[in-house]
Amino acid sequence: MSTEERSAPREHTPHPNYLAVYGVLLSLFAISVAGPLWGMWWLTLITAFGVAVVKATMVAAYFMHLNVERRYIWYVLLIMLGFMLVLFAGVAPDVLARSGQNWQHLRAVQDAHGAARH
Amino acid sequence: MASAHEVQVPLATRRSATGIPTGRLAVWWVLASEIVIFGGLLASYIMLRLHHPHWHEEAAHTNVWAGGFNTFVLLTSSLFAVLGHQAAEEEDGPRAARFLRLTVGGGLVFLIVKAFEWTNEIQHGFTIYRDLFWTYYYTATGLHGLHVLVGMIVLWIVARDAACGKHLHRVELIGIYWHFVDAVWIFLFPLFYIAR
Amino acid sequence: MASETTGKQQSFWSRYVFSTDHKVIGLQYLFTGMFMALVGGFLAYVFRMQLAFPGMSVPLYGVVTPNEYNALVTNHGTIMIFWVAMPVLIAGLGNYLIPLMIGCDDMVFPRLNRLSYQIFFLSTVVILVSLFVPGGGFGGAWTAYPPLSASAQYNHTPYGAPLWLIAVALEFVAFLLGGINFITTVMNARAPGMTPWRIPIFVWMVVIASVVFMASVGPLVAGAVMLLFDQLLGTHFYDPKAGGDPLLWQHLFWFFGHPEVYVVLLPALGVVAEVITVFARKKLFAYKTILYTSFATGIISFFVWAHHQFVAGIDPRMAHLFTITTLIISIPIAEMTFAFIATLYGGSIELRTPMLWALAFIAEFLIGGVTGIFLGANATDIYLHDSYFVVAHFHYTFFPIAIIAAFAALTYWFPKMFGRHMNETLGKIHFWGTIIPFNLIFIPLFVLGAAGQHRRIYSYEHFSQLFTPGLQSLRVLATSALVVMLLVQLVFLYNFFRSVWRGEKAEENPWKANTLEWLAPSPPPHGNFATMPSVYRGPYEYSVPGRPLDFWPQYAAD
Repeated sequence: MSTEERSAPREHTPHPNYLAVYGVLLSLFAISVAGPLWGMWWLTLITAFGVAVVKATMVAAYFMHLNVERRYIWYVLLIMLGFMLVLFAGVAPDVLARSGQNWQHLRAVQDAHGAARH
Repeated sequence: MASAHEVQVPLATRRSATGIPTGRLAVWWVLASEIVIFGGLLASYIMLRLHHPHWHEEAAHTNVWAGGFNTFVLLTSSLFAVLGHQAAEEEDGPRAARFLRLTVGGGLVFLIVKAFEWTNEIQHGFTIYRDLFWTYYYTATGLHGLHVLVGMIVLWIVARDAACGKHLHRVELIGIYWHFVDAVWIFLFPLFYIAR
Repeated sequence: MASETTGKQQSFWSRYVFSTDHKVIGLQYLFTGMFMALVGGFLAYVFRMQLAFPGMSVPLYGVVTPNEYNALVTNHGTIMIFWVAMPVLIAGLGNYLIPLMIGCDDMVFPRLNRLSYQIFFLSTVVILVSLFVPGGGFGGAWTAYPPLSASAQYNHTPYGAPLWLIAVALEFVAFLLGGINFITTVMNARAPGMTPWRIPIFVWMVVIASVVFMASVGPLVAGAVMLLFDQLLGTHFYDPKAGGDPLLWQHLFWFFGHPEVYVVLLPALGVVAEVITVFARKKLFAYKTILYTSFATGIISFFVWAHHQFVAGIDPRMAHLFTITTLIISIPIAEMTFAFIATLYGGSIELRTPMLWALAFIAEFLIGGVTGIFLGANATDIYLHDSYFVVAHFHYTFFPIAIIAAFAALTYWFPKMFGRHMNETLGKIHFWGTIIPFNLIFIPLFVLGAAGQHRRIYSYEHFSQLFTPGLQSLRVLATSALVVMLLVQLVFLYNFFRSVWRGEKAEENPWKANTLEWLAPSPPPHGNFATMPSVYRGPYEYSVPGRPLDFWPQYAAD
């Protein structure tokens, strides 16, 4: 856009040691690949998805500099994720469990039986 | 860019009532809108995945090593992007440009690996039509690949400017986007490759 | 910035077509929206004629076939929401007014702004083209439920359906870009002194609406890609035979579709707030409460979507939950309505045309809101679902939003946009000529719906219980009222275009309003303000005791 934009007030925070962050990310990555080798589903769950959350948070905090950004940017992004949880919670009973499609109107069934008996 | 002469930069763009530079603020909102796009797709996938037990068997046919290598490549390219940003803050345009081009190289390796991976899978009959799992697989990784491609193009343009010391603040902006693309892959990798 | 206009004379193209000026882009959205409103109105005229006089050759159209009927209804809904309400209320007014009202010279990303209009224009072309391709326009309703929408085998529109979907997707992209621009502009480019609690309600509402739109549309963008794959590649995302789920689309659609109602409602409420304070010469009652209730509305709107699916076979336990949340969301909206009425109470009300529209909004939207209670409760909805009661209900919400509030805004800001006044007498004729027929169209539809008339039927001749003379005469009444209402719009068009060139000249602040846009010349030049304003107080300081004048502009230092 402009060269003036850089003149907007911004703090030059010291950069973290990116190589160290990278090293941690790589070891976490190794854990996530190695985890399933044991074949235990709960371990896979933790190493695959737990580690993914940690990795993504680290990328966001250090590489995207969210740890030195205004706090409400976190909130904006987390609220968006929160809405996805709402979506999941509202849709899962129909698409994941589909228990909603197997319900019966017991009263109607009863009535139908009653009518058949008489 | 050349077209910058055509429009004068309005005062509005130079104001910063929040203290966050306008460009960076906009990138955060772009990412917010991207989160819900990928979020909607992945939420749908997770629901159907948990609903269909046989998807585990399908997922066993994805190539963990290719996916793992690509995770490594993207992580490394993210490192280059952030080092480029550091160089840009030190007003070292050519150095920033070199790092950005390395990032583009990372994206290129990612896409090449992806191309071989897909070719191999399609040749073995794991096409988009084989099962709904594969439909989601190609849609999600394809959408992500599209983001990689777009990021590479913009990175290249930003690197070209940065090499002449122009628009150095853009190095950070495209970097943030690139890290986001990386973070999306961090979730795609376990969802489609590891969990089986 | 302002000195740029004194430079070289710009050509017609760079000034009006490829301009990056937020006011030109705003007017482009506005005029595109007005044109599409005529298209949407014409579609409504054609299918209403078919319903009132089944099988008759409709003047200006011809005989309506069943497939055409479906395409007409579908595209009427799609166009009125995505190509009228959204561009006029959010993109048009938002673009025009946000920089003026927060006191800066343009949007923060002028070229992104131009791109967003260009994508929107492209989407307009695509949706119009989709009506004329072989097989005709898409006819699967604006909700586009699969499997009907997913396969040409079912919908018989091999080109119409994908084009419709592509047009809607492009429109989403345009509004995402525009929304990012709005949010960033309001966050960063405010004039000195324009603290968050001094921002005019309308600007707040556009921002909240943009955030809600952005957060809700994402899953539908993903869903639209999946649907497009189903249509064009033959994948099975929504095909239960292959493990997909058609209910998933309904969820993704309404997760967007219901917040979308609030996306267009909030800016409309913002317009009403601006207009009633000026014409009641009174401070807006409970400014902060109105804002808090709008935030609440925005958030709760993400928890109500499945009330559209009570009969779709969703989990009945969830249906109860969604009933509760749906009834809860009427609270903040009711609170806002009370705040508006309290603003009017004791004011010195001046019934100019914009004020009439704003008051009509409150009255008519009230009917829409109250009838919504029946549809939000799952027990009553099972009877009323997909009946004309629903049609009447949402027209009592959407018509006040997209038409009444838009007319309030157009008549109110016309002097600013074009530097001239509209004719007051013609304005009032147009107002009454619109409001009375509007009620005559939709009150009969409430009755028809309660009588059990299903909404997606091409001709009621085939349903003897619904084809009684009594019910048929209600249909004829509704259709006749629609024709009258459409004809009255000619009065508006005449008044509008005559006033653009011949109207009485307007000064900078003809309504004696407080907000910053009235500081700029009418019409504002490129760059908006001669000197950039600073802000000293809130936007609604009317009739402050001890002041010589009954208004106290935000930009006045003392």
